Amino acid sequence: MGMLSLVVAQFEGEPIVRWQWIVDHLDDVWSRGLQHVVLTGSSVTIGLAIAFPLAVLASRHRWTIPPVTWAIGILYTIPSFAFIFLLLPITGLSQTTVGIPLVAYSILILFRNTLAGLDSVEADVREAAIGMGLSRRQVLWRVEVPLAVPVIIAGVRIAIVSAIGLVTIAALIGRGGFGQFILLGLDTFFPTPLLLGVVLSVALAILADLLLLGLQRLVTPWSTPGGTRTVAT
Amino acid sequence: MISLEHVEKRYSGTAAPAVGDLTLEIGEGETVALVGPSGCGKTTTLKMINRLIEPTGGRILLDSTNVLDQDPVLLRRGIGYVIQHTGLLPHRTIRQNISTVPRLVAWNDERIAARIAELIEIFDLDAELLDRYPAELSGGQRQRVGVARALAADPPVMLMDEPFAAVDPIVRGRLQDQFLDIQARLRKTIVFVTHDVDEAIKLSDRMAILNVGGVLEQFAPPETVLREPENDFVREFVGAERGLKRLALIKVGDIEVDDGPVVSPSASADEARRVIDEAGFGWVSVVDEGELLGWVDRHELEGCATAGEPTPRPFSAYVTARDSLRQALDSVVTSRTAAAVVVSEGQHYRGILTLERISKEIVA
Ligand SMILES: Nc1ncnc2c1ncn2[C@@H]1O[C@H](COP(=O)(O)OP(=O)(O)OP(=O)(O)O)[C@@H](O)[C@H]1O
Ligand SMILES: [Mg+2]
Repeated sequence: MGMLSLVVAQFEGEPIVRWQWIVDHLDDVWSRGLQHVVLTGSSVTIGLAIAFPLAVLASRHRWTIPPVTWAIGILYTIPSFAFIFLLLPITGLSQTTVGIPLVAYSILILFRNTLAGLDSVEADVREAAIGMGLSRRQVLWRVEVPLAVPVIIAGVRIAIVSAIGLVTIAALIGRGGFGQFILLGLDTFFPTPLLLGVVLSVALAILADLLLLGLQRLVTPWSTPGGTRTVAT
Repeated sequence: MISLEHVEKRYSGTAAPAVGDLTLEIGEGETVALVGPSGCGKTTTLKMINRLIEPTGGRILLDSTNVLDQDPVLLRRGIGYVIQHTGLLPHRTIRQNISTVPRLVAWNDERIAARIAELIEIFDLDAELLDRYPAELSGGQRQRVGVARALAADPPVMLMDEPFAAVDPIVRGRLQDQFLDIQARLRKTIVFVTHDVDEAIKLSDRMAILNVGGVLEQFAPPETVLREPENDFVREFVGAERGLKRLALIKVGDIEVDDGPVVSPSASADEARRVIDEAGFGWVSVVDEGELLGWVDRHELEGCATAGEPTPRPFSAYVTARDSLRQALDSVVTSRTAAAVVVSEGQHYRGILTLERISKEIVA
């Protein structure tokens, strides 16, 4: 509380938002936004690329679930900036230093949801598919994965939203996307960039979430009855 | 066509085998029902034929090749498979579901389209359903799609595990009738599991009655099972009403029906009363040039000049030559006329069946 009142005292006399400052820094808004999107998108993509095969393996060989969950759970418990500082000596001030923790954090949620999605396929459906003569691989790609898509996308939505929040921390090493504005605002006791950074991060998270929700509706018309099809009669 | 030779299945970690030593010969075009108490190994036996379950002993020959020597995936594409809850793919439309196996065996689009047109005709399905998802169909429709899908690539053999168990009794009856019609036309080799003895009696050419451990107690046509049950187990399993159940096997068209009391609408009321008294039912059917108009009872004729003057009342139920005596019996005991009236196409009067007439068939 003492810290907060100090901050408030420092901001005194300053208007909440200086619009001119924002207009002057539109270039920065754009480039940091791009950095934010690229960092988030690439780390969740890589996270999915790792979590997906792990989940397929786990759904086939149930005994692997506890050790795999345990291992990625450990990664999840490392505090984010400790993670970044541990990596600094190895990967320096690069994108990778931010990317690795982001990937690591996304794996847990993506693994869990992909596995839950694969497990949600009814035994009857799987049995009928095998009984009709689909091969192992065909059952996976034509039946299990499509039916798991809603749950997988739900996981991706959570992973993306939390990654968008986490990226701001990377401002500490100059790779924080909109977080850079937040850090600037805190360093210079200047509320305009601070608010700008927060608002843009939240807006980006909401936008990404809505886009993914739309994507899910689009690719799973069967799960919204009476949905997207037009039937010629 | 299918022969099981000393087939055994032991699940790992269980002491007694689920199926111990089962030998069963199923002919081409034959419909065989596997029946027996819960847990006796019906599903296990069925699934060993398409290798969803691997036998731990014995041989299963399909067209004289051992299924264990074939690639299980290719084997299954040649065998129709239907399960209780249909297992329709929820993310595929009905059209896509039905074309699953034809696509796997690489039929071209025209051939698939032609086959689908044929199947919806055979199964009396609305073409409009084809572009819907399974969740948008009724239980009965889904069940028919499940069977149609299994038949899509025209496999000579069909395996069905309690195919009609998940629908209500009325729909089940209709699906069973449709099954009989279709099977009369297609003559597939069918093995189906049911725990409904009546269903087995109605649908199968032979029933295999299994005891716990897959022990075959009797393998014979329903008629034989009911008339000469092999042992106490079979006797108990088919139930006390064996005589009644046999009625399900006899069609109304197979026996002579009674003429019953009949007058034409132009007959005098006196004549109608005479016919009523002679038959002793208290009512008479009014038939106009072969067409059944209904029935009138004695006191309705009071003060009338002809039999056609009071409006004839419809019978509560009619039976046709295709119905079983069991259905006729049901109609007798539930009707106010104490008789089942038999008609053919276009309400053509054929005669009546009474309790006495039907019970003659029970003792015969
Ligand atoms: N995967 C399995 N592992 C171990 N035992 C099994 C397995 N599947 C079935 N069994 C056992 O094998 C026996 C036969 O089972 P099966 O499913 O063939 O019976 P069923 O005749 O189809 O019964 P129901 O009428 O209840 O469907 C049962 O005792 C069952 O518990
Ligand atoms: Mg069973």
